[in-house]
Amino acid sequence: MDAKETKERIVGAPTLFAVWAALLGLTWLTVDLSGKGMAIFVLAAPFLIASAKAFLVVDYFMRLKYEPSIFRYIFLIVFGTIAVVSFLVYQDVAYRQ
Amino acid sequence: MSKPHDISHRDYTGAKLGMWLFLFTEFFLFFGPVLLYAVFRFRYPHAFIDASLKLDAGVGALNTVILLTSSLCMALAITAMQRGRKGLTLFLLALTVTLGSFFLVNKYFEWGAKFAHGLYPGGEALAGNADGTAIFYGLYFFTTGLHGLHVLAGMAIIIGAALMVHEGRINSTDFVKLENTGLYWHLVDVVWIFLFPVFYLVR
Amino acid sequence: MAADNTRGIREGYLASEPGKGFIASWLLTTDHKRIGILYLFSILSFFLVGVVFGLLMRLELISRGPTIMEAHTYNAFFTLHGVIMLFLFIIPVVPSIFGNFLLPIMIGARDVAFPRLNLLSWYFYMAGALLALTTLIIGPADTGWTFYAPYSLRTGSSVSLAVFSVFVLGISSILTGLNFVVTVHRLRAPGMTWFRLPLFVWSLYATAWIQIIATPILGVNLLLVMAERFFGIGVFDPAKGGDPILYQHLFWIYSHPAVYIMVLPAMGAVSEIVPVFARRVIFGYKAIAYSSIGIAAVGSLVWGHHMFVSGFSYTAAVYFSLFTFFVAIPSAIKVYNWVGTLYKGSIVMDTPFYFVLAFIFLFSIGGLSGLILGALSVNVHLHDTYFVVAHFHYIKFGGAGFGMLAALHYWFPKISGRMYNKRVANFALVFLFIGFNTLYFPMFILGYEGMPRRYFDYLPQYVLWQHVSIVGSWILGASIFTMIGNLLVAAFRGAAAPMNPWGARTLEWQVSSPPPKENFETIPEVTRGPYDFREGA
Ligand SMILES: [Cu+2]
Repeated sequence: MDAKETKERIVGAPTLFAVWAALLGLTWLTVDLSGKGMAIFVLAAPFLIASAKAFLVVDYFMRLKYEPSIFRYIFLIVFGTIAVVSFLVYQDVAYRQ
Repeated sequence: MSKPHDISHRDYTGAKLGMWLFLFTEFFLFFGPVLLYAVFRFRYPHAFIDASLKLDAGVGALNTVILLTSSLCMALAITAMQRGRKGLTLFLLALTVTLGSFFLVNKYFEWGAKFAHGLYPGGEALAGNADGTAIFYGLYFFTTGLHGLHVLAGMAIIIGAALMVHEGRINSTDFVKLENTGLYWHLVDVVWIFLFPVFYLVR
Repeated sequence: MAADNTRGIREGYLASEPGKGFIASWLLTTDHKRIGILYLFSILSFFLVGVVFGLLMRLELISRGPTIMEAHTYNAFFTLHGVIMLFLFIIPVVPSIFGNFLLPIMIGARDVAFPRLNLLSWYFYMAGALLALTTLIIGPADTGWTFYAPYSLRTGSSVSLAVFSVFVLGISSILTGLNFVVTVHRLRAPGMTWFRLPLFVWSLYATAWIQIIATPILGVNLLLVMAERFFGIGVFDPAKGGDPILYQHLFWIYSHPAVYIMVLPAMGAVSEIVPVFARRVIFGYKAIAYSSIGIAAVGSLVWGHHMFVSGFSYTAAVYFSLFTFFVAIPSAIKVYNWVGTLYKGSIVMDTPFYFVLAFIFLFSIGGLSGLILGALSVNVHLHDTYFVVAHFHYIKFGGAGFGMLAALHYWFPKISGRMYNKRVANFALVFLFIGFNTLYFPMFILGYEGMPRRYFDYLPQYVLWQHVSIVGSWILGASIFTMIGNLLVAAFRGAAAPMNPWGARTLEWQVSSPPPKENFETIPEVTRGPYDFREGA
């Protein structure tokens, strides 16, 4: 593990601007959709859109796309923890006597 | 500190791995109150929707746009630094910090409006309230307050990084500190991307 | 190796640095070994403070009614005893002392990945510790170390400061864990593949992940308590529509895995010592390595077993009880593999090995009593009794604590470059073992008979076992002070230790005692596993 220097990938300005435009579009979409439609949609849509936005920021602005795969495995650990913790807390609060 | 074997050799991947791990701890820090929000949202759906409708989604959306744009500036600053354009980097960092301060100013007026209506923990409009409204505002102030502190910290870190760019300690061949600064700032953005719908849009 | 005995002692990393004052050479050091020593002295000092609190609490119970303190003083004492022993001692002790000192050497690195962050982590630790001790002066918290809402929101004692001190200690813990993960990923020597890592490193790696993931959730929970106390945000306050059980969730989401932060590194140390004194390769290397990860993973699904009588849902209780039984599996895998390693080994009886035997015995009792507590129906009877107190002292002190003492006696010659008096150490261990069981085993009986924990008084039928337990606390206290005194004497006056007194094969024993600055002349090339005892290997 001696060659620590890895060539840094430069993300070009056009890509970044495109991502920014997509983020603004999604922001407009989520505000526009807010409170409309069925109850489940009202709950789910904002979080799905937020996840898409977060994905764009993480992948392009934070350059996760260009990092070694270990970084992605760490993400799995984090998502797994969040899913499991939420599930177990739900088992309590949903079935309280 | 001249050492025979320089142990502080450059390990960009290592440095960024450390930063990412730190960001995950920050992420879990915000996960706690959001989990509480989810629980109470199901317990007091009507109070939460009513309280949420009293927040101004327009201001929230404006703040989202401000933070997204500042994130763009930060990402562009790193690209500029990698290409060795020091002046442009400093300009973009200044823009990032300025947008961050806009966000805080907005937040200040937003909070102030709520305080004026007594909608804060211990405020007259919420006194003796146990139907969930007080909880909504409690979580709202706690979470956005914690996020605001992170914005402030992020701005301080960016200013520190800008000084290092100015001195040349961050340059086109050694910029991992700027990258880590950017990672922190983007995290602040990602957290807001989730907090915005949580408090303003799920209604 | 005879030449080793004639070397001067203040060598290696302990040699004074030219041009740097003594104080600065320690307090501003970024050498992982020196930082390990800083932790060693600070953590063991706080440990002794905690021991004194424990002894005083036992002494209070020597007669019924107020003896040497009033009820609220007793409440403050068990709170501080808990905060000190858990957050200042047993959580950081093995990772921060032995992990810092040994992890880089064991993987063939010159230092951890972020040496300055490592020093910062020690300063966070000291800040948190001093804040915790400050509460002692300005009115200690009386909530117990768990700070349960809603009482912690209402009591007049200095809960906010106590809670903040734990928050700061959490930052220290996170930074150490983060440092270790990056170090293990990035700084392994050439040839040091994942499955050539010593098992101690595996356990530290798993622990570091728990530190990173679980600690922030405790941190934000503590911030919420502070926000409740200062601003009344209401989330944990039933009067405002809040839910105190959610506090317990967020608290135990961290604090159960924290038990594994305590015990996993101690298990790792045991996994180092067992093969060395059995003189054979460890049985089931991969099983032990993976079981560390398994404990870390399954251990984060069981926190609800602390909440069986809190009024949370029965559905959740069934899940948590089930997972609690599951987590016994990876723990048992470890115990079986240690015993399997001893089978047909050519066992060398020596001081660290005696500690390991005591560890295996006490940890097994602790683990089995944990299964009793994990069963839902039994738990209702035993909840918040002395049975629980006995159980977690067997796990945390008998397990993690004895593992730490084993590690201390195993690596002491490497760390200090000197050898302690083995006869005194063995003698202290025998009495520690006797005192430990005399102190805590009666608590199983008391708890089974219904003696609640955290009471400063008791009914007449508990007198006998309370008194046995108190006598045990004196034996235990005396042997702890003897043991630490013995090591202190050795640290300054002991005979020079050879490079490899136990005949171990891991990398830290292939450098001089004490290790040189930056650990290695040249980074070693690793060509074999850590427990290869074949001649010439
Ligand atoms: Cu537990």
